[in-house]
Amino acid sequence: MKFSIERGTLLKAVGQAQSVVERRNTIPILANVLIEAEGESVSFRATDLDIEVVDKTVAQVERSGATTVSAVTLHEIVRKLPDGALVELTDDGASGRLTVQAGRSNFSLATLPKEDFPVMASSEYGANFSASAVELRRLFDKSKFAISTEETRYYLNGVYMHVATGEDGQVLRCVATDGHRLARIDSDLPEGAETMPGVIVPRKTVGELRKLLDDDEAKIAVSVSETKVRFATPEITLTSKVIDGTFPDYTRVIPQGNTRKLEVDAAEFAKAVDRVATVSSERSRAVKLSLDEDRLVLSVNAPDAGAADEELAVAYGDERLEIGFNAKYLLEIAGQVDRENAVFLFNSSGDPTLMREGTDTSAVYVVMPMRV
Amino acid sequence: MPALCRDCLTTFDDAQRCPSCGSPRVLRHPELFDLTIAHMDCDAFYASVEKRDNPELADKPVIIGGGKRGVVSTACYVARIRGVRSAMPMFQALKLCPDAVVIRPRMSVYAEVSKQIRAMMDALTPVVEPLSLDEAFMDLTGTEKLHGAPPAVMLARLVKRMKDELGVTGSVGLSHNKFLAKVASDLDKPRGFSVIGKAETEAFLHDQPVRLIWGVGAAAQASLDKAGIRTFADLKRWDRRDLEARFGTFGYRLWHLARGQDRRRVSPNAPVKSISKETTFFEDTASTELLDGHIWRLSEQVADRAKAKGKAGRVVVLKLKRADHSLISRRVSLSDPTQIADRIYRTARGLYDQVAGQGPFRLIGVGLSEVVPDEAADITGDLLDPGAGQRAKAERATDAIRKKFGSDAILKGRSLR
Repeated sequence: MKFSIERGTLLKAVGQAQSVVERRNTIPILANVLIEAEGESVSFRATDLDIEVVDKTVAQVERSGATTVSAVTLHEIVRKLPDGALVELTDDGASGRLTVQAGRSNFSLATLPKEDFPVMASSEYGANFSASAVELRRLFDKSKFAISTEETRYYLNGVYMHVATGEDGQVLRCVATDGHRLARIDSDLPEGAETMPGVIVPRKTVGELRKLLDDDEAKIAVSVSETKVRFATPEITLTSKVIDGTFPDYTRVIPQGNTRKLEVDAAEFAKAVDRVATVSSERSRAVKLSLDEDRLVLSVNAPDAGAADEELAVAYGDERLEIGFNAKYLLEIAGQVDRENAVFLFNSSGDPTLMREGTDTSAVYVVMPMRV
Repeated sequence: MPALCRDCLTTFDDAQRCPSCGSPRVLRHPELFDLTIAHMDCDAFYASVEKRDNPELADKPVIIGGGKRGVVSTACYVARIRGVRSAMPMFQALKLCPDAVVIRPRMSVYAEVSKQIRAMMDALTPVVEPLSLDEAFMDLTGTEKLHGAPPAVMLARLVKRMKDELGVTGSVGLSHNKFLAKVASDLDKPRGFSVIGKAETEAFLHDQPVRLIWGVGAAAQASLDKAGIRTFADLKRWDRRDLEARFGTFGYRLWHLARGQDRRRVSPNAPVKSISKETTFFEDTASTELLDGHIWRLSEQVADRAKAKGKAGRVVVLKLKRADHSLISRRVSLSDPTQIADRIYRTARGLYDQVAGQGPFRLIGVGLSEVVPDEAADITGDLLDPGAGQRAKAERATDAIRKKFGSDAILKGRSLR
């Protein structure tokens, strides 16, 4: 195998590969990236046995062939090469080494046989559709903060992507929750997605997927089966197993009868929460919201550290209410609001609170209060 | 030389026998009335309590411990003469001492006696640091004016009161720091009272083995052996930097201990780092139903301890020992700390389900770690488990009922498994 490739192109491909490989693993081949050169293109493939990413890119191939080499080492080398360099990768097959040459730098890296590289079994995808990068970005960016890290509730360690019935018919919906907050994001149902089974996309896959979605114009080919999900651009294909579990019935968690409505400028609100929370050093900082006629007082009282309060002018016309929340949770959901005011709907100080952006119900957040 | 009669508590100036009552149990030491740091350790505590409650056992070898394959928890001095030691497997102990009376520990009784001893110690000084039910450090600095007697006299009075009023004996070590006080209390057991003064510290330690140091077990002993360190004299030859390079922060401590220096303070509120309970089974089991009952009971005990101490833990730990003694340990972080048995149980049960297939097991343990004060405990509800709040309230109500009517006034069916 022998090919030449521009440093920037190589860095992007190897970068994606090295973020998929597990840092600590006991199977040496899994630390490697499989490089295959054929015709006019070279593909870089990496896996952690749950996720597989293949980046196919154009290169000047002199001699086709394939080998595997440490993804992290190759990435480090390419990263340190000067911008604009042309990199030549050569594998003569006999020495068991891959030569990386750029300018006056020469590297010789140990390889492992390509036959040992595990290739993810192909799957029958029941649903294939095309979604815009912008829509997918919104679905996952707005929900991923609520993904649980608790391993005993493994079925919450991802985003539940499924077809649901919204107010105006069927939607593509992403839901994530850790039991303390929940995010439910809807978008128009793409053509061909109707038959899609609901799948829980693991946290790591959500992170890797994000790298495919930077280009606003891009169209992403999505394929879904009961056990796998695939996202593909013309260059990159990301295939992932989905979490084998049942996502809980989130619909009963979303409060329907909350009537006490607070409307507030989300950015002002978030800044004020952040300021008052500064005095508390605890990990779970509780912020108390005291609501009265068009007035909101945010306060923190940490007996050991100090106290703080701040008043905000808001729109609120219901009875007086005092309710406490984890400051981090409030900041996270307020941070999701980008166009209009944040609208909070409360019931009592012990019941879940709902938050949405203006009157838009395509993104809904639920947060559990804290006893204060 | 200052002297003190341990029987009638008279103080006098140097004599072999007490000039007042004639007793030979006389303490004489140049620094006797100047030292203030003490360690009190009860003599074969559990066994003493059993003998007190059943005088027929007085001259018989008594072993406290339990189960077909339990270990010796405490052996009385009669049994110790025959070679029985604590932590020895029961079958081995019974081989050495076939006529021993084996008694299942009655922890609640021992805890009660321990509480009475604690009250007596609290009367001497506010600075009491209990290490377990039957031993504690005390710092009596500055109490002489208050009691009208030096610490040595008050300590002798303490063990006398324990014997007269509670029927249990203890040994006292009196010195100028915790390390030496603990070493001293062990020098002359049972019913001992040993003093290590400042002037004699280095000479005393010189030929002592380093395993004297509390916390030097088999593993530390082995690594010290490798470095050629067996006695304090060996240790003293080492340069401080070399010790630190070789043993890290422990090396730093060793250097100071070699010189009889220990700057740790007697701290009445030693921070609780974790709370855990475990149980060993009579027979190995893989029965989920049986283990579930254990997980619940242990969770409840852990929760009780946490509640009593005003603590809560952010991490729930499950520990299992397989039949071949290999250990499985699983932990999970909660979003906020808990002291609720129901939550500990549900989390531990979730952890158990992950490893259930690896049984049979001989031991199971449940614990809380990353322990913090309970102000911030259990304050965020669970969206996906709306009943959790109700169950926590029920548990608090149960606690209140138990407090009033006794610990078995109300039970969960699960705990009977």
